[in-house]
Amino acid sequence: MKPPRFLYCDPDTLDAAVALKAQHGFDALMLAGGQSLMPMLNMRLASPGVLIDINGITDLQRVVRTDDVLEIGAGVRQSAIESDEQVHAAVPLLARAVPHIGHVENRHRGTVGGSIAHADGAAELPCIAVTLDAVIVVRGASGEREIPAKDFFQGFLSNACAPDELVVAVRFPVTPAAAGTGFVEVARREGDFALAAAAVQAELDEQSRISRIAVGLAGVAATPVRATAVEDRLTGAAADPDTVAAAAQLAADVVTTGDDLHATAAYRKHLATTVVMRAVLAAVADAEQRTQNGSAS
Amino acid sequence: MTTTENPAATDTRTITLRVNGREITRTVSTRTTLADFLRDDLDLVSVHLGCEHGVCGCCTVLLDGQSVRSCLMLAVQARGHEVETVESLSADQTDLHPIQEAFAEEHALQCGFCTPAMVLRCKEIIADGRTRTDEEVRREISGILCRCTGYQNIVNAVQNASRRCASTGQEA
Repeated sequence: MKPPRFLYCDPDTLDAAVALKAQHGFDALMLAGGQSLMPMLNMRLASPGVLIDINGITDLQRVVRTDDVLEIGAGVRQSAIESDEQVHAAVPLLARAVPHIGHVENRHRGTVGGSIAHADGAAELPCIAVTLDAVIVVRGASGEREIPAKDFFQGFLSNACAPDELVVAVRFPVTPAAAGTGFVEVARREGDFALAAAAVQAELDEQSRISRIAVGLAGVAATPVRATAVEDRLTGAAADPDTVAAAAQLAADVVTTGDDLHATAAYRKHLATTVVMRAVLAAVADAEQRTQNGSAS
Repeated sequence: MTTTENPAATDTRTITLRVNGREITRTVSTRTTLADFLRDDLDLVSVHLGCEHGVCGCCTVLLDGQSVRSCLMLAVQARGHEVETVESLSADQTDLHPIQEAFAEEHALQCGFCTPAMVLRCKEIIADGRTRTDEEVRREISGILCRCTGYQNIVNAVQNASRRCASTGQEA
């Protein structure tokens, strides 16, 4: 349970990190927070020739808000966004989901870019990125690319980065003031990976019908997925519990994870519909609250 | 502290860091975890290795005041940082820190394997004011497994320690 031998380097600049990644390609792995990579090293599931530690690159540690985009640098710690009011105000779903990432000891080291690049289908940040149509910014020897989240996560622990590329930032669209959000996760124990989790952002029209809704799921497939059938069913629909519960049944169809150590496929499908129902109702209640607060002020 | 140019990729590195208030300089293998460095190089054997892949939490130390799993960090990554282990709380190991007194009074340890991690985490959450309810304490210590399952007494000890620190005005 000790890491294998590797050569270690800790570039100070993004350019130097990109040059090192281009030089070593698949033989090099990026070390960000280490909360997934270090266990893989300790268990010898990964044995890179070169480890490129990006924790010293200050350019990756910025959070920048413009009118409609919140850009979070890849090296920003998860616990930093957990306590960042600017992040909560701009993208409330992040505030709801981040406390579910591992334990606080993991979030003190774990980074936003690391979780995105690791591309675990049960992880919270990839799920939020897919739900909100975030853009993943990657940089390689030939420059920067912007990859929509839906194209970034390509399969089990697989992302769209070329061998010479690394994740440098994630751009989340700023949430409209009247939109409500909900995040519901079921795990075996506090801090465990999600058996199923649902992230929802919803907007209501004047008649309190759902005018726009995004529903994302984690823990139910090799990648985070959108429950588009649920979104289509609920768009334009009344937001009452019976309608939401009926629509949530459609979430079972996106579950592709089979029986495993933690849950049967049938139980996961059941959980998927339950977390979607609860997250949609929470988002609707949040949107109603925001509308009331908005009209009162 | 940090270098201004990029050093070559190497399998050893000389690092300087502060551990329990002392500045330490050592040459380490870059694959050495912070946990093994603290135990084997500095003889700080309160850092307990249970699982070595970030699940049990018994290797928890404070890095710049924040609890982290020392099995999931390389020693080389701690350069320029401040590390605290439970040895820092009571220099001569007879004059106990209020948190340690609380753990003793509440019988908050059985086999003792998770205790150094629990005590350090307790120090952090008292400092952060995250001990308002038993439920909050349970959530905050959920990253550390007590295989004796003596959680209730640990929660009692955290609350006891929180009161002691508040009444004496001592920082946790």
